[in-house]
Amino acid sequence: MLAADGTPLKKSLARALRLQKMRALALIAPLLIFVLVSFIIPIVSMLFRSVENSIVADTLPLTVVELQAWDSDSGELTGEPVFAAFVADMVVAIEAKQHTRLGTRLNYEQTGMSSLFRKSGRKIKRMDPATDAPFKDKLIEVDKKWGDVETWRVIKTHSVRITNGYFLNAVDMQRTPEGAQAQPEDKQILIRLFGRTLIMSLIITGSCILLGYPVAWILANLPMRTANVLMILVLLPFWTSLLVRTSAWKVMLQQQGVINEVLVWLGMVADDARLVMINNQLGTIIAMTHILLPFMILPMYSVMQTIQPTYLRAAKSMGATNWTAFWRVYFPLSVPGIGAGSILVFILAIGYDITPEIVGGTKGVFISNRIAYHISSSLNWGLAAALGTILLAVVLILYWAYDKIVGIDNVKLG
Amino acid sequence: MADASNTDAFVEFERVQKSYDGETLVVKDLNLTMPRGEFLTMLGPSGSGKTTCLMMLAGFETATHGDIRLGGTSINNIPPHKRGIGMVFQNYALFPHMTIAENLSFPLEVRKMGKSEREEKIKRALDMVEMGAFGGRRPAQLSGGQQQRIALARALVFEPELVLMDEPLGALDKQLREKMQFEITSLAHNLGITTVYVTHDQTEAMTMSDRVAVFDDGVIQQLAPPDQLYEEPENSFVAQFIGENNTLEGVVKEINGEVALVQLDDGEVIDCKPINVGVGDRTRVSIRPERVEFNKERLKEGTHTVKAEVLEFIYMGDIFRTRLRVAGNDEFIIKTRNAPDQVRLEPGAQIEVGWLPEDCRALDA
Ligand SMILES: Nc1ncnc2c1ncn2[C@@H]1O[C@H](COP(=O)(O)OP(=O)(O)O)[C@@H](O)[C@H]1O
Ligand SMILES: [Mg+2]
Repeated sequence: MLAADGTPLKKSLARALRLQKMRALALIAPLLIFVLVSFIIPIVSMLFRSVENSIVADTLPLTVVELQAWDSDSGELTGEPVFAAFVADMVVAIEAKQHTRLGTRLNYEQTGMSSLFRKSGRKIKRMDPATDAPFKDKLIEVDKKWGDVETWRVIKTHSVRITNGYFLNAVDMQRTPEGAQAQPEDKQILIRLFGRTLIMSLIITGSCILLGYPVAWILANLPMRTANVLMILVLLPFWTSLLVRTSAWKVMLQQQGVINEVLVWLGMVADDARLVMINNQLGTIIAMTHILLPFMILPMYSVMQTIQPTYLRAAKSMGATNWTAFWRVYFPLSVPGIGAGSILVFILAIGYDITPEIVGGTKGVFISNRIAYHISSSLNWGLAAALGTILLAVVLILYWAYDKIVGIDNVKLG
Repeated sequence: MADASNTDAFVEFERVQKSYDGETLVVKDLNLTMPRGEFLTMLGPSGSGKTTCLMMLAGFETATHGDIRLGGTSINNIPPHKRGIGMVFQNYALFPHMTIAENLSFPLEVRKMGKSEREEKIKRALDMVEMGAFGGRRPAQLSGGQQQRIALARALVFEPELVLMDEPLGALDKQLREKMQFEITSLAHNLGITTVYVTHDQTEAMTMSDRVAVFDDGVIQQLAPPDQLYEEPENSFVAQFIGENNTLEGVVKEINGEVALVQLDDGEVIDCKPINVGVGDRTRVSIRPERVEFNKERLKEGTHTVKAEVLEFIYMGDIFRTRLRVAGNDEFIIKTRNAPDQVRLEPGAQIEVGWLPEDCRALDA
């Protein structure tokens, strides 16, 4: 097909539309760039950090090459060439102040590495790689850990540039020369934490549904004016600081708190048997249900508003009791709202950290608290990134499962 | 013709009033009696209280005062689901999450009917509205007219004795509406069900109903069969609302039995049939356009004629519509059949028009 001037019609159509497309692109460009910079790039960077492990190979390039020839399973200590290469690498690293970072990195895998590197750094600084050979005995003299096969095995195991070590750690395993192995019993906490996070998020989602459904129903069936006033009450929590709300629960729930005091005063609870409602899972569930409730009510409300009252009337005119009309007609039509609210609440809950941190004690913390700990306290960003990636994957899998079972078209936010 | 003493009165409203806000009455003193099998239409402008009446009958609104009876028993305290009344809603209210067959099955299931019996009834109901092949579809996959049929089938599938329809054809285009009007009436008559039908479309009301109740302002202005409503309106609201109508204003000078002497505002005195006026009252005289004649040869004995000026001639195919000035009224319309010997009036022509005194009704002003 040719256009009037003889060019193919497709081509001239594309040319005609190009300007429009460019203009549209220019309009959304600021947002696109913003999303890219603030959202996509951090996620990509997180994915990368969860496997990135160049520090050993970068800091000890000569040592890593020499270690390749060493059979870590032989049980024999590495030879002089490795020690010589190590000292040469360390001298450079000390100059650049990189050796402590390396120590910190290796400390995630074996405790004591950090202090070993700091201590040895001070000594090796005074050595000259050209003249002071041999180094094997000198280093063992500095710290006898250098004479331990295990030390070198750790260095060799973690000298790869792309590692699965963080992911193994994230699921309570570790990277060893013999391959992936389970962590010692006392270090296995993360899987349990993942499980707890999922189960508690489900419980929170469930309680939000139970509490939110009637509220949304009332809001949707009241006259507009009254509904708007009540809506302010639903939205009120949004206007209060999260910390304030969470701390308020602390005031309410603690053993000397409002609820316990009232129960004791009423004589329903003995003074020496006050209820423990905080610094445990119950506290987290109560506080998070309250905090996430608006995210359940809003989508439910907007879906319920679109359910015409004539459906119920039609059902009743056909002989359905109030309950049958609700259960067979109203409820199925409101399911998209429940779905949307549940997805929102569940995904928010799974990633929440402040509230569990404040009211959860040790038994009520979530995996996200662990992530926060690794980011800000232990500075093990690789592990934090691996945990975050797993969390992201879990959410995506659940979302996919939800789509398969319920159908994502059945989710309406309004 | 039904009247209040009729022993087989099926639906009865007795002195029913309804107020939503406690200040204004939306329905004022409604009295209505329907025999079994009647097709009654509530016709009236928007906001006149038709839906409210229907909802009170269905049980979704409670009457503020008065008694509503169904088959002789008061239903004021019977909840909607026990009244056994079929309903067709304006937007059809088909359940979007159910297939057509499931929609039809719903009233049967809540009646705990067995599966085979249900299927048989559903099939019969779908065949009745010629939608037999659509049982597996969802409402959203049907056109408006098809949804309308399904809504009808669903209201009838559990064989109610009384069916209520609230502007069921309001959303359809003209052609479909006319087809459905015919189908609904023939279904209702064939099945012998009693029907209360609400509409604001007077043609619909006229063509479908056994009787029409004309509503205005929460009051039934007239309750009569369509022909009587058109030819013998009892007040000027009905005369205005039903069909086209010419009005001339004046004062009743004299009443002698069936004849009233009315002095029009321009001084002309004409003979009319007094309906709801007394001597000395202001009146609106109502004359149907097709009862006005200008051809002297066709004027009957005893017709009174008045002067008129032709203002506009409109050719409408089957009829001619001519706008005249009569007794100071510029909107006086006459309709004449497009026959070979029919005269086409020229604008500006001075003519005389006339009508029989019994076609000229003196109504309230
Ligand atoms: N649920 C309601 N609450 C308050 N006023 C209402 C309600 N429904 C109807 N009305 C009022 O009652 C009057 C009659 O309404 P309706 O019966 O729907 O008239 P129609 O069906 O003839 O158009 C209107 O003035 C309307 O505003
Ligand atoms: Mg209405």
